[in-house]
Amino acid sequence: MPLLLEALQSYKMSDLKELEDLVVQVRRDIVRMVHKVNSGHPGGSLGCTEFFVALYNEVMELKADFEMDGIGEDVFFLSNGHISPVFYSVLARRGYFPVEELNTFRLIDSRLQGHPTTHEGLPGVRVASGSLGQGMSVAIGAALAKKLNGDDHLVYSLHGDGELQEGQNWEAIMYAAGNKVDNLIATIDRNGQQIDGATEEVLPLGDVAEKFRVFGWDVLEIEDGNNLQQVIDGLAEAKKRTGNGKPVCIVMTTMMGNGVDFMMHTHAWHGKAPNDEQLAVALEQNEETLGDY
Amino acid sequence: MTKYTDQGKQDTRSGYGAGMTELGRTNPNVVALCADLVGSLKIETFIAENPDRFFQVGIAEANMMGIAAGLTIGGKIPFASTFANFATGRVYDQIRQSIAYSDKNVKICASHAGLTLGEDGATHQILEDIGLMKMLPGMTVINPCDFNQTKAATIAIAEHHGPVYLRFGRPKVANFTPAEQKFEIGKALLLNEGSDVTIIATGHLVWQALLACENLENQGISAEVINIHTIKPLDEKAIIDSAKKTGCVVTAEEHNYLGGLGESVARTLAQNHPTPQEFIATKDTFGESGTPEQLMEKYGLNNKAIEEAVLKVLKRK
Repeated sequence: MPLLLEALQSYKMSDLKELEDLVVQVRRDIVRMVHKVNSGHPGGSLGCTEFFVALYNEVMELKADFEMDGIGEDVFFLSNGHISPVFYSVLARRGYFPVEELNTFRLIDSRLQGHPTTHEGLPGVRVASGSLGQGMSVAIGAALAKKLNGDDHLVYSLHGDGELQEGQNWEAIMYAAGNKVDNLIATIDRNGQQIDGATEEVLPLGDVAEKFRVFGWDVLEIEDGNNLQQVIDGLAEAKKRTGNGKPVCIVMTTMMGNGVDFMMHTHAWHGKAPNDEQLAVALEQNEETLGDY
Repeated sequence: MTKYTDQGKQDTRSGYGAGMTELGRTNPNVVALCADLVGSLKIETFIAENPDRFFQVGIAEANMMGIAAGLTIGGKIPFASTFANFATGRVYDQIRQSIAYSDKNVKICASHAGLTLGEDGATHQILEDIGLMKMLPGMTVINPCDFNQTKAATIAIAEHHGPVYLRFGRPKVANFTPAEQKFEIGKALLLNEGSDVTIIATGHLVWQALLACENLENQGISAEVINIHTIKPLDEKAIIDSAKKTGCVVTAEEHNYLGGLGESVARTLAQNHPTPQEFIATKDTFGESGTPEQLMEKYGLNNKAIEEAVLKVLKRK
């Protein structure tokens, strides 16, 4: 059954078990979505499942109806748009659109494009992303607008670690610190992998947290980004640190492909879909909790 | 012919600055961004009067375009300005994804377009920007002709929802359109009625077209002059109607003939009323250092070149 937005108006799960169930269900959604169309990016999606579930169901203050302006509520920007499966699944299960629509992922005439876009009017998405390295600038702009509007809600963003190889990020990182954009919490998904292999082999990123620190950000780390409690605590701590003159960065270590054993410890599943047998194994490892779409 | 008087030479970028000053006073949602070129873009008054609504991003144009896109999400109307080269070619993908594809209400305001920025040379003289911007779905492309029209265009685009590329220049040129004018996006302006040939010009070349028109009249040639300040959406009806009347066309622009106004006119006519056409534009080349007048002479972008093109196209009728 689709969850109606009205029903979710005051929806806030405090019970960790319920959130854990949602994590498992979102994992099922991810592997089923990419399997159906034999394309998409399951690895990074699975690695960030706990983050998305915590952010949308425990951390962000959201209005019942989606409005592009996002005035009077927290807003989120996904910069590494290729992990659209986890984004779509969590948006649908949070009530932004019917969960059945996950069936249309990457199909012709769908609102669920390969990479997220505002172009088809999908509720929950505020900017297109996919060409990497642009999300932090957009998040900064939205944060500046909040300040101009006297709106004390926060702006959250997520970025892949490999994505930091794009130079625009460093323009944005410099700007946010220099201009005290302290209503922004940017999370880096430090899974250490990118398409061609380990980030430290393709183009070493080194100490990401230290880099943000020397640029003038307030940085905290989530050691295990696939531990739901740690993610919730880390986001809560980050929230506390806003409003103090510095943008806040979370460096979150995750496991690409988390929750599906054969997709873990490798970059092979960055942009590859499982076949029928592999899907069966993945689903066996993540038994249905809240109902498949 | 209809008489136009130069009210005193002024730069079109100062028209942008004057428009911004007015918007600063009348529209609280308008915000300005600049990438270390405040003086060149003439927005000092806007900044002095609205310090909280100005964002200096430094020499970081990609970040500027992204921040501008983000500001719209809180209901702001960002005017992001720098030199045309850095406002388009340098940040094409940022404009494409974060602004155009995302349908963000960003106004990209670009000074120093074309050859006439002069001595700095080809690194700063973009002749491809109209083509780059008009190819983006949903992007409005405007190239006003003088100070007064640039000011009016600046004010008008704040009322238009959607991404806009507003292109203007550095040198002081004739200011001949009315001080008080309502700028209508997409509406061609018939500056002179004629019967032998249609000259369709944009930007700095509009004044040159009027000078050419006067000289042609002395030779007994009646030229119709149309000011196309909006290259996209193009006022196709005005172009087709005039071509039907005169039977031949010269287009004039400070831009490469690949991708510019001339090609938009040619496509329109090819589909609706095939007409002989000559192109006053740069011919697939980079610019170089020199004074604006020297460059316009060397690259064939002045009234003399327009007159020669008219004589040529008349023979093809």
